[in-house]
Amino acid sequence: MSATATKQPNWFSRLAHPGHFLNWTRFLVWPLAVATAISFAVGLWFAFLNSPEDYQMGDMVRVMYVHVPNAWLSQFVYGVMFAAALGSLVWRHPLADVANKAAAPLGAAFTALALYTGALWGRPTWGTFWEWDGRMTSTLVLLLIYLGIIALWRAFDDQIKAGRIVAIVTLIGGINIPIIKFSVDWWNTLHQPASVFTADGPRMPASLLTPLLVMMLAFTLLGILLGLVRMRTEILRRRADSMSRQAAIGATR
Amino acid sequence: MTAFSALLARELKLAFRAGGEAMVLVLFFVMVGVIVPFAIGPDRPMLTRLSPGIVWIAAFLSTLLGLDRLFRADDEDGSLVLLRHSVLPLEAIVFGRLIAHWLVTAVPLLLATPILALLLNMSMDQLARTALALLIGTPALTAFGALGAAVTVGLRRGGLVAPVLILPLAIPVMIFGVGMMDPLAGGGATLFLLALSLVVTAFSPFLAALALRAAGE
Repeated sequence: MSATATKQPNWFSRLAHPGHFLNWTRFLVWPLAVATAISFAVGLWFAFLNSPEDYQMGDMVRVMYVHVPNAWLSQFVYGVMFAAALGSLVWRHPLADVANKAAAPLGAAFTALALYTGALWGRPTWGTFWEWDGRMTSTLVLLLIYLGIIALWRAFDDQIKAGRIVAIVTLIGGINIPIIKFSVDWWNTLHQPASVFTADGPRMPASLLTPLLVMMLAFTLLGILLGLVRMRTEILRRRADSMSRQAAIGATR
Repeated sequence: MTAFSALLARELKLAFRAGGEAMVLVLFFVMVGVIVPFAIGPDRPMLTRLSPGIVWIAAFLSTLLGLDRLFRADDEDGSLVLLRHSVLPLEAIVFGRLIAHWLVTAVPLLLATPILALLLNMSMDQLARTALALLIGTPALTAFGALGAAVTVGLRRGGLVAPVLILPLAIPVMIFGVGMMDPLAGGGATLFLLALSLVVTAFSPFLAALALRAAGE
């Protein structure tokens, strides 16, 4: 160890060191928080004051600026967790477990918000809070997967062991999500041929697209910021745990 | 006798000699089917329409109920540690356990399906399709269950967490299983269910063995 310790480790293994991580993220939290606040301010200004009403939905179209970013993050967070799961299984990256643990409740919260805002949007526009539509159903299943992962994290006493097991479950879930998505779409077309959704994407005018993109940026920044803070908290909590354990050993001697 | 068949023989012997749990599972399966008419009423045409779904829910629940006996007892009495040091790789051991578990828990359900069909006023066509769907789909359920059992093997509260983890993942099995009832899309559903079953059965021994190793570290 002493022979290799003099060599400067590459950035990847430097990243793996919790102490290094705490050091370089310390200067990242506040700038990120400011950037998040600014983009939320700009995005909300656009969304509420500087964007037109929809000719059909009226003011209800503004729900989109909250709903779509949450739906995007519900999938983005799972992508991050999937990468973290690979990181902890392949490289045994110590921070990957922490990232997975930090991200799971965030993903669940964003998914729940996407479903909640979707329900609020659906009531006045489609006349129902809930429809067993393909996209909504697979989002609901995604929420259940997030909640299962959180339950698994909480069921373990030993968080180190939990990290590897949860990584395996995250991997299984990640492989399964496309299958679930496909099967739900298949099931949906089997049961209700007329879908309420129409494929609207790039056909959106720029006056609606600009606020949407700004809000998506704002929510993504918020997700990254909350994830970083949660990771820092988790590292410090583990450090405090091991310190109190060492203190207990010292006390009995 | 190879090590693999010896393992299979051990599992089957254990299952048949230790208290007839398979019979209890079948009993549970039939009971779930029996209580549904009390909940929704004895309307025969409605029961006919709902019967494939009821049978699938009963199969789901009994699979979840039987999960705990997959690895937990072996983990508690230490035989899992011994098995990890045997000539067979852990993946093969998990696969053998999977086959034995399917033979002991899923095949009795298949045999009990006609009883439910009688009680739920199923047509002959529905019964044939449901039995075929269960035959194709239960290996996937067992394989998903093995994953759930493997990741929760060392947990005191694992018995409750495993179903919560497994249920959302196993939704496609139910979708395609019930989809086989459809006269038009049934063929596609059969192929999808077959594909899903094969893929999950092929992958789960590796992932479950990974989890068992991580839990044993």
